[in-house]
Amino acid sequence: MDDLYWHLVDFLQAFAAGLLVGGTYGLMCVGLGIIFGVMRVVNFAHGDFMMLGMYAAFYLVTGFGVLAFLGPYAGPIAGAVLAGPIVFAIGWLLHKFLISRVTGARVVAAEAEGHYAQIILTLGIALVLANGGLILFGSTPLSVQTPLSRESWEIGPVFLNQARAVGFIMAVICALGLYLFLTRTNLGKALRAAADNPTAAAYVGIDVDRAHRLAFGLGVGITGVAGGLFAMSQSFQPYIGFDFVIVMYAGVVLGGMGSILGAFWGGLTIGLVQQMSTLILPYQLQNTAIFVVFLVIVFFRPQGMFGRVWERT
Amino acid sequence: MIGKRRAYLRQYAAIALFALAYLALGFAVRDAYYQLIMVQVLVWAVMGLGWNVLSGYSGMISFGHAAFFGLGAYTVTIAFVKFGITPWLGIPLGVVVGVIAGVLIGIPTFRLRGHYFALAMLAYPLAMLYVFEWMGYQEVSLPMKRENPVAYMQFADQRTYMVIAMLLAVACMVISMHVERSRFGRSLLAIKQNLPAAEAAGIDAARWRMYAMMLSAGMAAAAGGFYAVILLVVTPQTVFGALTSAQALIVALFGGVGVFWGPIIGSTILIPLAETLHAKLGDILPGIQGVVYGVAIIVIILVAPDGIYWKVRDRIMARRAPPAGAPRAAARPIAPATPIAWDTAASRSFGAPLLELQNVSRAFGGLRAVDEVTLSVPEGMIYGIIGPNGAGKTTLFNVLNGFLAANQGAMRLAGQEIGGLKPHEVCARGVGRTFQVVRSFPRMTVLENVVIGAFVGAKTDDEAERLAHAALARVGMTGGQVHMLAGGLTTKQLRLMELARALAPRPKLLLLDETLAGLGHDELEGILPIIRQVNREGVTIVIIEHTMHAMVKLADHFCVLDHGRLIASGKPADVVKNPAVIEAYLGKKWMDRAQDQVA
Repeated sequence: MDDLYWHLVDFLQAFAAGLLVGGTYGLMCVGLGIIFGVMRVVNFAHGDFMMLGMYAAFYLVTGFGVLAFLGPYAGPIAGAVLAGPIVFAIGWLLHKFLISRVTGARVVAAEAEGHYAQIILTLGIALVLANGGLILFGSTPLSVQTPLSRESWEIGPVFLNQARAVGFIMAVICALGLYLFLTRTNLGKALRAAADNPTAAAYVGIDVDRAHRLAFGLGVGITGVAGGLFAMSQSFQPYIGFDFVIVMYAGVVLGGMGSILGAFWGGLTIGLVQQMSTLILPYQLQNTAIFVVFLVIVFFRPQGMFGRVWERT
Repeated sequence: MIGKRRAYLRQYAAIALFALAYLALGFAVRDAYYQLIMVQVLVWAVMGLGWNVLSGYSGMISFGHAAFFGLGAYTVTIAFVKFGITPWLGIPLGVVVGVIAGVLIGIPTFRLRGHYFALAMLAYPLAMLYVFEWMGYQEVSLPMKRENPVAYMQFADQRTYMVIAMLLAVACMVISMHVERSRFGRSLLAIKQNLPAAEAAGIDAARWRMYAMMLSAGMAAAAGGFYAVILLVVTPQTVFGALTSAQALIVALFGGVGVFWGPIIGSTILIPLAETLHAKLGDILPGIQGVVYGVAIIVIILVAPDGIYWKVRDRIMARRAPPAGAPRAAARPIAPATPIAWDTAASRSFGAPLLELQNVSRAFGGLRAVDEVTLSVPEGMIYGIIGPNGAGKTTLFNVLNGFLAANQGAMRLAGQEIGGLKPHEVCARGVGRTFQVVRSFPRMTVLENVVIGAFVGAKTDDEAERLAHAALARVGMTGGQVHMLAGGLTTKQLRLMELARALAPRPKLLLLDETLAGLGHDELEGILPIIRQVNREGVTIVIIEHTMHAMVKLADHFCVLDHGRLIASGKPADVVKNPAVIEAYLGKKWMDRAQDQVA
């Protein structure tokens, strides 16, 4: 009886932890999903933009203490939100000078060759960001200091880490805000038009290249915010991106490539899988569990993801 | 064939020269640190060669070759530490483990395309990394053997390692060279440049890819095993880490993708650069290696997307070759273009049915693209399929040659069921096809394109080349133009080349999908006699065509498709008078004009 009770508590605890982490993952996936949905670009450097968001939040809050005046509670949250515009600007510039040269209408025509160049280019960017991060920030693991990460709310026997809970709430707000932006504003609608049919969008006067740049900036910026939120409860170093790029793709693929809401649910599910795998697997293997889930998803839901191979012969 | 042997000898000589020069330099260098770098250059060259066999030749980009590298390294290490097995045996053992892993990873992962393949490959080594950490192999060192070091591949002098590494590299280069020049490599290149065309030309993509994966994984594992021996310490991060996979890709891509010199060039330039910078600046700039690699591939993908080797080669070729689009010898039709009257069909007799379709249907969701089509094509006939756009003509061809599965119905070729066969199997039964939009292998010459098609009908590579020459002669492509790159051909040349590729394995049946589309009147008059001649030599032809005045001259029999259904079938002269056909396709005006012409 007692045993069963504690098993149940363990289960609920893992479920709650998964849900809270999953919310942040969901926001990261939304960022990646926008980029893939609008540009059809596979961004391997996405994890590294999350890393940049983490460091941006860290330097705003703890490192330079610019936001210290907001206090230990509001400061980290404001830092995470402000990481968004910073990462947005970096992404915007990278798109302008590098990524736009292998994407856009020109490349859509040359299906296979185009993807190849994008994959390699974003891998190069990932290497430069991760290793450049090592040079700039050092290899010591850091985290954004806040008393939130040491305190928790208790719901019955289940503990909710406050930093993660706040991260979860902020992530949901950001994802909803983005969703409203895309569906309710003209700019958002233009973005979606450019995603559906770049050629037709160009004909009705939408600057597709600019739309792509905006989508790329938004996508990495949102993920930067998620990184900033995550940094409150998770220590990080410049190489964290490589692990998370798989986590994010697992979520996006699970949610269905190109769907914003789907990406959020996908990320949430991945968070649950990761945390609940600790119930049956050793702690060190929780990321292995994600990779296995990712492989399983990719293998069993292939139709929605390849497009039609024999489209036109 | 003599030219071929000479080309081989030249490559062997170049490899030997490279190996000797490299070793001479290595022996001249006194500093042990630089010697170690020179050994590492070779290790990464082997790793790059392994990556190149899969990703370079077949175009399936792998981000996960660290999986094989790491397995090789850990096999050597664990065999040594736990069982006292010398690396002399451990490395071959690692290769075996790597090859097995390649098969196990390949079976599910080859179902994925493009970036999904790359991503899935990235996941394997990262998953292994955590597994090896969890198993307690965080940092394993190879013990020093004092009594009999040579038996355990332990040498005081770095140069001994250099010789071993060079032997390994030379072996991998020679293997790669033979792959490149054989049916194996040619098929992989064809798969990379145009998968549907390759499959329709009879290439078994699944089989060749798996062979490539096994060879590739084996080389990467060998590199990993040797790496463990020279560094003496193995950690999951160094052998399974993302940077290891990236390094394999980067040296190959930087030097030149799809050619065995590529990884050698890339490794020789990048590894010393990155290592030296790391040694000089590593303390202040700890990630400098990664930055160098990242910048290297960003620059290369923007400036020379296929790597240094191809950039240089294209430069040289451009200086040598005549300007593209100016063929040195115009295609000469081999048969005189005699006008053929309407009623030729009546005087021709045909054999037994070669191709029979019974109630064949194919739907895309609710759209019935091919709807219960029943037809029979006798041996020796030119069978024309006409119909408006979207009538299902090309879909019918795709069902016929195995690109699409029929939802129902039976298809027989010479009495044997061909439904459910894969495209390359249909091709092997003697069905060649061309495409509405020409599908060429743009970076191969005309001859190479046609050789790809010939493989399925030839036992040896030499025979394939003979068949290819014969097919090119049949379509009147001779002289200098057979050595032109397909990417620089005119529409007519492309059409002829595709026809030759389909003809090369001597098919029984040819499916021609709008072979005449996009051609001017004169060009068309040049190709018609060739098609007719091919048919007179015994090849049955089914042709889809919109150019009606060409069709009435060519076809013995018409069938008309509309909305996936067969609405008419018969002698051309009768079919074009059929009111349903005029309604659905031709229009009244055409009929009036045609009547004038016939009269």
